[in-house]
Amino acid sequence: MREILYRDAICEALDEEMERDGNVLLLGEDVGFLGGNFKTSVGLFEKYGDLRVKDTPISEAGFVGMGTGMALTGLRPVIELMFSDFLLVAADQIINNAAKIRYMSGGQVTVPMVIRTPIGGGRSSAAQHSQSMQAMVAQFPGMKVVVPSNAQEAKGLLKTAIRDDNPVIFFEHKMEYSNKYMIDDVVEPIPFGKARIAREGRDVTIVATSSMVMKSEKAAEELEKQGISCEVIDLRTIVPLDREVIVESVKKTGRLLVVDEAHVRCGIGAEIGADVMDDVFYYLDAPVGRIGTPNVPLPFSPALEFPVIPSTEKIIAKVNQMMK
Amino acid sequence: MENKYSKKQLMELYETMYKMRRFEEEVFEFYKKGMMPGLAHLYLGEEAIATGVCAALQEDDYIGSTHRGHGHLVARGARIDKMMAEILGKEDGYSRGKGGSMHIMAMDKGILGANGIVGGEIPIATGAAYAAKYRGTDQVAVSFMGDSATNEGTFHESINMAAAWNLPVVYVIENNLYGISVDIRDVTNTLNLADRAIGYGIPGVVVDGMDVFAVHKVTEEAVERARSGHGPTLIECKTYRWQGHHVGDPATYRERKDPNEKTIWMEKCPLRSFRSVLLDSKITEKELVKLEAEVDKEVEAAVQFAIDSPYPDPAEAYKDVYTDM
Repeated sequence: MREILYRDAICEALDEEMERDGNVLLLGEDVGFLGGNFKTSVGLFEKYGDLRVKDTPISEAGFVGMGTGMALTGLRPVIELMFSDFLLVAADQIINNAAKIRYMSGGQVTVPMVIRTPIGGGRSSAAQHSQSMQAMVAQFPGMKVVVPSNAQEAKGLLKTAIRDDNPVIFFEHKMEYSNKYMIDDVVEPIPFGKARIAREGRDVTIVATSSMVMKSEKAAEELEKQGISCEVIDLRTIVPLDREVIVESVKKTGRLLVVDEAHVRCGIGAEIGADVMDDVFYYLDAPVGRIGTPNVPLPFSPALEFPVIPSTEKIIAKVNQMMK
Repeated sequence: MENKYSKKQLMELYETMYKMRRFEEEVFEFYKKGMMPGLAHLYLGEEAIATGVCAALQEDDYIGSTHRGHGHLVARGARIDKMMAEILGKEDGYSRGKGGSMHIMAMDKGILGANGIVGGEIPIATGAAYAAKYRGTDQVAVSFMGDSATNEGTFHESINMAAAWNLPVVYVIENNLYGISVDIRDVTNTLNLADRAIGYGIPGVVVDGMDVFAVHKVTEEAVERARSGHGPTLIECKTYRWQGHHVGDPATYRERKDPNEKTIWMEKCPLRSFRSVLLDSKITEKELVKLEAEVDKEVEAAVQFAIDSPYPDPAEAYKDVYTDM
């Protein structure tokens, strides 16, 4: 084991996959000389050169679409969108094109493209640089949707994403980039669709994504002191969804809380709650709970922003309410 | 001009053009008889463009196509029976009924897909050109688009990048003057759309899109430029669609300014003028009639193939969403 910054774990995954497969290349705004806006590709430009680590103009639809063209013709492009909010600028190329071309072709082609992009609030970046797009993207068939938690998970899941033959939207959490984690010396690819039980427990199942996994683990530690035992499930991927692990856990605990930073309305909590209900209805001791960002745009001032972002305190309060 | 072509080349060009014409006539028949689900955007009148452009390409080159894409596919040698079956939503179609007229894809012919989003394929074809450059092959990508696509953001973004990075790509505008009912001249202050090339620092060429020789010549130059590492070219082909935007669109909007507009353009029929050039050169009426009869037979067989093909099983809708789930 060794200590690593989350951003360096991302960079290592990119480096190792580029070294392994000459068809992997990286495109995006400031990914080259600058090493990425969040410093996730430092050194790759120098190591692999300008054709393979490509600084693009600010043309999200253009370079995402180019990624699709590269993927159709045998390359495995990794595209960085500097903020997940910018997915919307490229939405037609992602949703109408990359996600559907295989289907529209009747399976003639594959689109092995990864779009990496940061989500989340907490930096006073306001309404156009703080959104969490995973629920919206998960609505559309044809893409896999990855929401890694810590550095080990991010590295292992990114390697899997790059080796996957389908379009993968890979959401990194921007508040994690500078956090330190312990990581295995060698991180193997982590399979999609297999959730991780981050902490075992008896009373409540907390299904969480991305940074919310770490917030849920902290909440579980506090709740343990109060005598409440929480099982924390790191979802890893929204598409494909590991339904079985959730169902089995809820059958055991009788309570389900879903924590995801996207807006609550039509969100991951609503989806998972409804999806598993067929199998867990008679096991429930409390209604399914969900925590997410309320249905307001992300405000600028820390005085406004932090109260709307899901927090450890909110998770503790919600679990306590569900235990009554 | 036609003297530089061998008799075989001329016959092949004519065969392609005639096949496109006959194919689209049969598609139109399917629509009129109520046999076609949805709609189709016919290439009638624009045949010289796909024929001339694709004749300048190698087997392993790529093309990106549009909603009006049947002609591009025929020109690249896609199987017309599988195209016809797809248009009818049948199991033996290129996409087993999941794509339809607007999304016919034949990857074995380097066709990156027809695209239902105006301007949607421009960056995709540009990406294929980047891949060719990355791999160090001599492949070229052609991006077909209509006049209206030049007002989409992807047009600007893609050509800007292709020009900045000298990518091996040729952008071909099929300017048929209308985006559904809207006259391009009413929404764009550029007489020639190819003039936009100046803004990207690349050559822009205007060509008579009804003249297969002229289209072929400018494309050969552009392809040579792209293949030799000198970057993209923007070609604007002036053309006209015989029918409305899609089958069933009477296109009465085109009579607003000039009631004779359609007649004037139809007099420039690319097939008729090409035919008379051929008859003036090395080819006889008898040879052309024989060729036409052969193509007629092939198209009839494609029609029958499509009619005979069963509809896909409903389970087909759930296939090919992902490679592994």
